[in-house]
Amino acid sequence: MSFENVIQYFIAGITTGSIYAIVAIGFNIIYNTTGIINFAQGEFLMLGGMISITLVQFVPLPFAICAAVLITAGAGYLLERTFIRGIKNPTPLRMIIITIGLSILIREAALHIWDEKVRSLPYFTGNEITSIAIFGAHFSPQVLWVLGTSALIVVFLNFFFSYTTTGKSMRACASNRIAAALCGIDITKMVSLSFVLSAAIGALAGCVISPITQTQYDCGTSLAIKGFTAAIFGGMGSSTGAIAGGLIIGIIEAASISIIPLAYKDAITLTVLLGILIFRPGGLFANGDASSKVDRP
Amino acid sequence: MKKTRYISLALFAAGIVACQLIFTALGTDYLLIQLTMSAYYALVVIGLSLLMGYAGQISLGHAAFFALGGYLTAVFSTNQLQEVVSHEMLTRLSRIGIVYSSDAHDALYRLHPALSLPTVIIVTIIIAIIIGIPILRLKGHYLSMATLGFGIILYRIFLGTKVFGEADGISNVAPFDIPGFFPIGGESSFRVPNYYFAWFLVIIALVLLLNIIDSRVGRALRAIHDSEEAASAMGVDTGRYKLIVFIISALLAAIGGFFMTHYNAGIGPSEAGIMKSVRYVSIVAVGGMANLWGCLIMGVVLNYLSLRGYFGSYDDAVFGALLIAIMVFAPNGIFKKEIFDKIRHFVSRIPCRFSK
Repeated sequence: MSFENVIQYFIAGITTGSIYAIVAIGFNIIYNTTGIINFAQGEFLMLGGMISITLVQFVPLPFAICAAVLITAGAGYLLERTFIRGIKNPTPLRMIIITIGLSILIREAALHIWDEKVRSLPYFTGNEITSIAIFGAHFSPQVLWVLGTSALIVVFLNFFFSYTTTGKSMRACASNRIAAALCGIDITKMVSLSFVLSAAIGALAGCVISPITQTQYDCGTSLAIKGFTAAIFGGMGSSTGAIAGGLIIGIIEAASISIIPLAYKDAITLTVLLGILIFRPGGLFANGDASSKVDRP
Repeated sequence: MKKTRYISLALFAAGIVACQLIFTALGTDYLLIQLTMSAYYALVVIGLSLLMGYAGQISLGHAAFFALGGYLTAVFSTNQLQEVVSHEMLTRLSRIGIVYSSDAHDALYRLHPALSLPTVIIVTIIIAIIIGIPILRLKGHYLSMATLGFGIILYRIFLGTKVFGEADGISNVAPFDIPGFFPIGGESSFRVPNYYFAWFLVIIALVLLLNIIDSRVGRALRAIHDSEEAASAMGVDTGRYKLIVFIISALLAAIGGFFMTHYNAGIGPSEAGIMKSVRYVSIVAVGGMANLWGCLIMGVVLNYLSLRGYFGSYDDAVFGALLIAIMVFAPNGIFKKEIFDKIRHFVSRIPCRFSK
């Protein structure tokens, strides 16, 4: 394999990988405040992509994306308000089944609203054939948009969780719910906020990746599973882990294409997932007691 | 086995016979086709009910076992066999009777039916053990994601491998033809015997599962379901029991897939898809998890409605909505006294509202 090819695969890998990282962070935000794995996480990306594709016919691209993010965030709030908040006894099994049900409903709704055609947003700069060359490898400027947006999301979230009162309250909620409630933090509000936030970043990621991978009503599932793999890879709940996990999964996937048939691409990622779940359920960077992670409801 | 069990089983068998008689009398015996298929799906559902309801272990990959049984027998009984075994080998094997050619002119070699079912059973057990031992140690989200992952891996393999017919699946699967017995297949002249055969399998599985639930294994399972730690502390070998149940439910799914493929004369990759697995889970949830009869009835009713096309293009949406509705309003299923009490209470108050 030539050097150019390696660069090419690497760039393709970190591009999709950064999206997986955003999905993984979305998982983490909700998991940290509620202990729920939201199986409908991938659907937020699909919704973001689809809504912006519809809106871009009427308004300029930046407005379409902003509107798509806001609408999806609203949808995230509605989901939490309608289906999650009322559950009095949230056992993991129940929450898994409910969020799976939600993801199916969103997907089917999207199928009936937008049919099964594959769509995509226009390229943010240039078009399909514009390319930038680095070390002899050619890639679309959209790659820079994806990487830049992902980096921006990470920086923003980092700032939000470290320096704002709301962000700190959410972290308090994550580390000890009862203590946080005793300190006067409104837990219900934080849970809502976590759904809104993860829907919003999901939608944004769905918009920027749309020109490259295209958007279809059922594209959420595979993104969600890859994102979950990334989250598990880095250790559930850890943001840095999620980024590293996402990038590694992306690169493994891109590299696997050069060795095995494209048809088995998903199978490789999932084998990685099974391997991690079986051997290191606390994540690749976990130190010590991984079983406590497994036991967490 | 308790006496009431016999009565339930007898009533159930009577219901099966009644359905056949009524449909035949009305001249609508094509409806038996969907009922036969529902029976094969019901095998998966009752197995999953044992796993989810009694042992408390979720599986989002059971469609993969169903498809495994189906795909293996499809490979064994079509031209696909020549993709994996060379021609010389096949001729040699046919001499000793392991494979045989159904038609002297047509060089279509098939694995002998008496061998294909045991092979499928053995392969399923081996895969269930290999997968089950590591992933049954996981809990909650992790277990569900691991089983989902396993399901998707098999789905991708079926979808991307030439032997399994890639996206088209395998068609023209010959009937399961044991000499001296009627062929298990879609031929209309054998529709009624096939119907009874499918339901006979379900009743056998049901008796087996009811006995397991009533036995030492069943008690151990209930203990695991309530608290794995407590059960383990009381000396229950939790890992072993969970694995046994996983294997049993995987086997029931594979056997269902096996006969379904012969009955339909083909199988496609969608049988292994996530939506199928989720569908089985939703049927078990609606049936009340630890309620074999409830799961069985819902399995038949929902699959029958779906196969007859009553849900139209909202097929998947119906199952998604069911999942949410059940989990939000009636997490113990719809066959529970409290639900009927709630409804009775609600209905009994209606006159009061109007009398004011």
